Amino acid sequence: MIEGLAALYIFMLAGFTGYEIISKVPVILHTPLMSGSNFVHGIVLVGAMIALGIAENTTQQIIGFLAVLLGAGNAVGGYVVTERMLEMFKSSNKETNGG
Amino acid sequence: METLIQASYFIVAVIFIVGLKQMSSPVTARRGILWAGAAMVLATIVTFLAPQIIDTDQATTNVVLIILAIALGGGYAWWSGKRVAITDMPQMIAMYNGMGGGAAATIAAVELLKATSDASANSTNIATELGSDVAILGILGAIIGTISFSGSIIAWAKLDGRLNRSKLLPAQHLVNALIAIATVGFAISIYFSSVLAPIVVFFALALVLGIFITIPVGGADMPVIISLFNALTGLAVGFEGYVLGNAAMIIAGIVVGSAGSLLTHLMAVAMNRSVSNVFFAGVGTETATSSDTSQGEMKEIQAQDAGILMAFASQVVIIPGYGMAVAQAQHKIWELTQLLDDKGVSVKFAIHPVAGRMPGHMNVLLAEAGVPYDMIYDMEDINADFKTTTVALVIGANDVVNPSAKTDSSSPLYGMPILDAVDSDNVIVIKRGRGTGFSGVENPLFFADNTKMLFGDGQKAANDLIQAVKELS
Repeated sequence: MIEGLAALYIFMLAGFTGYEIISKVPVILHTPLMSGSNFVHGIVLVGAMIALGIAENTTQQIIGFLAVLLGAGNAVGGYVVTERMLEMFKSSNKETNGG
Repeated sequence: METLIQASYFIVAVIFIVGLKQMSSPVTARRGILWAGAAMVLATIVTFLAPQIIDTDQATTNVVLIILAIALGGGYAWWSGKRVAITDMPQMIAMYNGMGGGAAATIAAVELLKATSDASANSTNIATELGSDVAILGILGAIIGTISFSGSIIAWAKLDGRLNRSKLLPAQHLVNALIAIATVGFAISIYFSSVLAPIVVFFALALVLGIFITIPVGGADMPVIISLFNALTGLAVGFEGYVLGNAAMIIAGIVVGSAGSLLTHLMAVAMNRSVSNVFFAGVGTETATSSDTSQGEMKEIQAQDAGILMAFASQVVIIPGYGMAVAQAQHKIWELTQLLDDKGVSVKFAIHPVAGRMPGHMNVLLAEAGVPYDMIYDMEDINADFKTTTVALVIGANDVVNPSAKTDSSSPLYGMPILDAVDSDNVIVIKRGRGTGFSGVENPLFFADNTKMLFGDGQKAANDLIQAVKELS
């Protein structure tokens, strides 16, 4: 479990990390990177699974089910579109015949 | 078991950060997403072993429900993500992002409902049951996640052409402010209460707020909004991660929250907009009244002549815009590029930061057609080259080459950085008709002495150019 001050430190360090990662990115990668970070917060799926796991009655189970459904959509959809975009980036040094 | 789960989450967090770092360079980007994908699978699998899931009375039912929900949600996303056209990707990103925000909000809902039943059983309140830190972050995550959910769905609908209204109510901004205040009020009341009703009202208000905030935003500003909602979802995920004591969620969520905020800012700067501007005003909402002063005549050119001009040029710079993507002309343009390249013409692609529907979108569209990324130049890198360029070929772009952004302080585009196509010896503009661009502003470039217009559908025009160049050999 992460509590209090420890969490505050994690929040701060993670915040700096995110800033640092993006600060030097070329414009050409803005869209793929947005899509990639969209995929990364798909980790919400893990929390959704736990939310459904701790559900005690039908109402909570329905909401938890919705959480997992949406979280899985975020993770899988984010992955598929990012991968499709990045798959297409190639350099002319390696492959000259595109198509 | 707990150690295994925590160790896995740690590895997942590390891979996410390294993966995002790799995604910020075109050379390693592909590897980055593959690794991050593997990390996500690992995180999902170990979570099935979590004591909160397997050590409960209804473990079997819940595990079955989890698998079913993953299969349905993931299956739908897989299917829709694979078949969406590259031009439509921005709205799909919005939709998947909205789903993430919704997931964060529903996690908060489950936590709040559980706390409510505990609180009424023990006659305490939610703050006592959850602890004040968890309650505050949980409720905050719920607001942010819900707004991101409903807002992203509206962004998706607008970009997908399913929703065209930009006005819902008179005094929209005032109404929004009132709803925002009411939402915060209910958020505070939840903190001290132990009943269900305020939670329901709270979520309903936040949903409406997300819709109302997004409706007035203009089409050109959508990328900024999507990026902002992406950052907000990250933040909501981070907060709910704290509620659940899940380090992977906290780290991934906050990293995305901060990276997304910076990305939003960079996009807004590239478009010469500020984030607050995006919410409270819109380019082109007031019809451009700047009178067309002494524009002169557009000079037409035939594909035949344009082809000859380009085939004997020393350097051709191609400036693609969203119009090219709509006409699906990028494959033909790449074919033309290869033909010119064979003739010894140096060909470069110049990309404006906001070409396409969002920054970088045009690069993806060109990459799809097979154009290698090292032929593609950003605005800052290419602008000096236009002076030594024989032909600048503008296809489907308009506002990004509009010189009035530099010269006419009354123009709505004034101040936006542009590609200096006008500096080239010749400018050939492929355009469907004589109309104005996305912003509705007249473009003096089209009337310049060195500009020739090649009217017609982008794909057909590109095809004609290919034929013209081929006939020369």
